[in-house]
Amino acid sequence: MSKHLQKPPGVPLREEDFEAQRVLSVMYRPKMRYSWATGVAIGRFLKGLRAGKIIGTQCAHCRRIVVPPRVFCEWCFRPVNDWVDLPDTGIINTFSVSYISTDTTKLKTPIIPAVIEIDGTTHAGFLHVIGEAKPETLKIGTRVKAVWAESTKRRGSITDIRYFKPAEWKP
Amino acid sequence: MQIKKRVAVVGAGMTKFMRRAQETGKELAFEAVRQALDSCNMRIEDIQSVALGSAPDAFDGVHMKGEYLLDGAGAWGKPYSRSFVGGGTGVFSLIHGWWHVASGLFDTCLVVAEEKMSSCLPHPQTAFLTIFDNMIERPLGPNLIWIFALEMQRYMQTYKIPKEQIAQVAVKNKRNALDHPSAQIAQKVTLQDVLNSEVMAYPVQRLDISPVSDGACAIVLASEDVARKITDSPVWIDGVGWNLDTTYWTNRDLYFPRYVANAARMAYAMAGVRNPRKEIDFAEPYDPFDYKELHHMEGLLLCRKGEAPKLTAEGVTERDGNLPVCPSGGLLGVGNPIAAAGLMKICELFWQLRGEAGKRQIPGDPRTAVAQAWGDLMQIGTVVVMRG
Repeated sequence: MSKHLQKPPGVPLREEDFEAQRVLSVMYRPKMRYSWATGVAIGRFLKGLRAGKIIGTQCAHCRRIVVPPRVFCEWCFRPVNDWVDLPDTGIINTFSVSYISTDTTKLKTPIIPAVIEIDGTTHAGFLHVIGEAKPETLKIGTRVKAVWAESTKRRGSITDIRYFKPAEWKP
Repeated sequence: MQIKKRVAVVGAGMTKFMRRAQETGKELAFEAVRQALDSCNMRIEDIQSVALGSAPDAFDGVHMKGEYLLDGAGAWGKPYSRSFVGGGTGVFSLIHGWWHVASGLFDTCLVVAEEKMSSCLPHPQTAFLTIFDNMIERPLGPNLIWIFALEMQRYMQTYKIPKEQIAQVAVKNKRNALDHPSAQIAQKVTLQDVLNSEVMAYPVQRLDISPVSDGACAIVLASEDVARKITDSPVWIDGVGWNLDTTYWTNRDLYFPRYVANAARMAYAMAGVRNPRKEIDFAEPYDPFDYKELHHMEGLLLCRKGEAPKLTAEGVTERDGNLPVCPSGGLLGVGNPIAAAGLMKICELFWQLRGEAGKRQIPGDPRTAVAQAWGDLMQIGTVVVMRG
């Protein structure tokens, strides 16, 4: 390390001792809930999903079409007022085959998270998952289409799209 | 840009990096600060200001973490502030301290970075969920490994990089860390061990990832005139840079970290580095995952795009190679207490450039080096160029 620092300080605890509560610890579990206003742009996006549509925005200055939509363009830093109905198809920009859940517990059946580049946008998209697909058949560039929840079950959430599935190319 | 004072690193200290420390965050900070002050024979009275870096409060379940850590960081009764830019925090905390002195406002500044991730149960990954977009990403149950996997996949497929070349980084860094007395997961692993380790989120496997850690680091900064009174061998901070890309991460191409390149150009310009490939003697890029070291070598303009895996396979980035990379053992070997891990890289530059790195010492008297950290939603690069 350095001539001044041969033995760095710090006492490592053994994980077994901690879990068996052989070392003292104090537990705390926060009890809070949050309710977020969706905002103007995402509110409209979620309303669109409830109606079975993907909505983006176009900046009048740089002409870029993006999803998720926003009421300003972060490149031009100008207000955005043009709303665009987009198709529910696109390509896989990148994907993973995940054997772990949010808190890293193991999954027997993997989830396939992916960034979906939505057709008609300027290489823009959002995070979602792939379904009805064999992981080994997927590639960057694979065409996909949204599989929607039944209209009565849609509630204005990103999960109104259940997943994207591989789709045939239809120009 | 007008810089009033040239700034030197004159002292450095760090604790062990560990999966679970007995010490509190405050106690870890105190130990690191004490080491740093002792290393340059300074007293806390000699310190005029304190800059602290620490990552999400959610790890600790302690809000106002900057204030919580204040006493251990040696900041009682002093001008003090905390900066936080996710994984980029460690190197950013040095930049934060640098402008305290470069501006002429203070002659000395103590930079402290602390992280205690082990308190969060069942796993700090749960706290990471809250970095994702609260409206349209969190309902999908993402975790941090996902976005690394997504970026790694995009990088690998863009340049057709075989996984073997990426896994070499884990082998090298874990081996380098065997010579670091603070290291948490230094070990000899083979390429096959990495490639056969558990698949977490393909292409990310268990041994591609740095661990969860507790630990702290501290650095003492001084203006040129003061530094020369403290030590005969100050190490100069000659360039700093930082840059952020959009939080709409699904709207960018993840194959290349543009924001790291922007930060690197800013730092190189300030340091007068015209050709980083020739002028940088060694590098400590941010390596929380093995592919990130490669991604960041390219972002730091140390090689052409897509070339880093090949250089690694050829042994160029070994400690005795032409361009040693992560001679410390990096996050993959020494450990990853987020903010402290970034400042550990600054400690390594300091020790290497003074020829004090012991068994880890790079041969050939290195003079110029770069350290870098990265974080938030894959969107910030923080870069520092130092000269011995």
